[in-house]
Amino acid sequence: MAEIALSIRGLRKTYDNGFEALKGIDLEVRRGDFFALLGPNGAGKSTTIGILCSLVRKTAGKVEVFGKDIDTQFSAAKKEIGVVPQEFNFNHFEKPFDILVTQAGYYGLPRALARRRAEHYLKALDLWDKRAEQSRMLSGGMKRRLMIARALVHEPKLLILDEPTAGVDIELRRSLWQFLREINARGTTIILTTHYLEEAESLCRHVAIIDRGRIVENTSVRALIQKLPQEVFILDTREPLATLPDLSPFRGRLRDDHTIEVEVDRRYSLNELFAKLSRQGVEVVSMRNRANRLEELFVMLVGNGAATAEVAA
Amino acid sequence: MTPREKWVAFVTILLREVRRFLRIWPQTLLPPAITITLYFLIFGALIGPRIGPMAGVSYIEFVAPGLIMMSIITNTYGNVVSSFYGAKFGRSVEELLVSPVPNWIILTGFVAGGVARGLAVGAIATVLSLFFARLSLSHAGIVLAMVLLTAVLFSLAGFINAVFARSFDDISIIPTFVLTPLTYLGGVFYSVELLPDFWRTLSHLNPILYMINTFRYGVLGVSDVPVGVAFALVGVFVVALYAYSLYLLRTSKGLRS
Repeated sequence: MAEIALSIRGLRKTYDNGFEALKGIDLEVRRGDFFALLGPNGAGKSTTIGILCSLVRKTAGKVEVFGKDIDTQFSAAKKEIGVVPQEFNFNHFEKPFDILVTQAGYYGLPRALARRRAEHYLKALDLWDKRAEQSRMLSGGMKRRLMIARALVHEPKLLILDEPTAGVDIELRRSLWQFLREINARGTTIILTTHYLEEAESLCRHVAIIDRGRIVENTSVRALIQKLPQEVFILDTREPLATLPDLSPFRGRLRDDHTIEVEVDRRYSLNELFAKLSRQGVEVVSMRNRANRLEELFVMLVGNGAATAEVAA
Repeated sequence: MTPREKWVAFVTILLREVRRFLRIWPQTLLPPAITITLYFLIFGALIGPRIGPMAGVSYIEFVAPGLIMMSIITNTYGNVVSSFYGAKFGRSVEELLVSPVPNWIILTGFVAGGVARGLAVGAIATVLSLFFARLSLSHAGIVLAMVLLTAVLFSLAGFINAVFARSFDDISIIPTFVLTPLTYLGGVFYSVELLPDFWRTLSHLNPILYMINTFRYGVLGVSDVPVGVAFALVGVFVVALYAYSLYLLRTSKGLRS
């Protein structure tokens, strides 16, 4: 069995209006991976995903899904892929159960099996009670879960999610994360794009950053975070502080009388910082990152206004 | 996909199409029933007796096959154009485009959906016509074959319209400005033999004339056109439009960027 779930070589896309969205992308995703594709608006993420699921025609390049060429083994390659697009793209007048059974039918699943699968995935995504309602009556979060259930009904080996948790509340986002972790643990390879870089850091093992049609970084999340030269921590103190304690060699500032913001360079450890504060009688009761680490890296790598706007979304 | 998987995919598209037009029956099945009843009342029961016989049969018997065929033409076209354009507009067509279903199955599925609605409306129109006229069946095979071919042809035409349409206005232009005039001038309400030479010759360039007259021949045994020519003509149109529709799907016209 192929160990590579997705192989992209020299992928290019120039739209009819002349815009060059992809300028020769190479990418590999291993079987069983949880992979994030990040990038600012217009970087080429959606174009890449569009090509993978054949909604966008590539200009040049080669794409293989589990060793099957999407051009020459069109049908076999597509069976391996499940897609959750960013926009709701089901018929809003159809019922969730019918949507899933119909989608299974497009993949050639016999009706009895399609109905069993539809029941299984609607229950798994907590939509079984809504199976007979018109889909337009569902909440935004339910519609998002419906699209995930639809993408899974033919049990693809590669699940592609384009901004799967955009616009959903924190509770639902966490429950979707848990669900995605579970299906990944059962062997489904997952690729996602997301605005929430915390999502990528929390879920994914590998990450590629795409900017202006090129891959600017492709590595493990752990290795990527190692590249961050420093992190900024917020420390909450038990007692109020009149002035900033001596932090050298760290740099910091007093945000208010109970809060210190400290830049911690990778050359130093947090133990040294805490030891220094202890010696001055400063007791720290809690600590957090000022920003998501991946977010800071993302801004550093892409380094433009668009990226800043993206991560702030 | 295996042949069995392709069959499942085809049946799935067909069932979804049938479910769609049954779900919105007040928009799809009721209006043609009301329209054809009004036609029978006005042209058959009220005006018909004053017109007298046409082509050797009573006027109401003459117009009945044309009205049935007109319902089939407008409803097959309308079904596919609105369903496929609606799927494009709402992006649910992407469900099909990301799946492994071959283009010819997608096309055949939508066409079969159009034919199903055409047959449903045709059956409703036929039952209603029996309240107003005594219809026999001179050539059942010809009736069935021409109904199916016509339904396929206008399903394909509706599909092509939907592929090119960029707004809901675009899906009503062809029915309003092309289909309705051609149908009304296609011998539904009169025999073209009554027309002056020039207009009679011009009428023979209208393909709908051949379909309506062949259907009428199958029911009443009278026609203004040679039946063999009609089948050949409709057959050629079906093959040409099917091939063009497949070309549009293969080149992803208006479907993929």
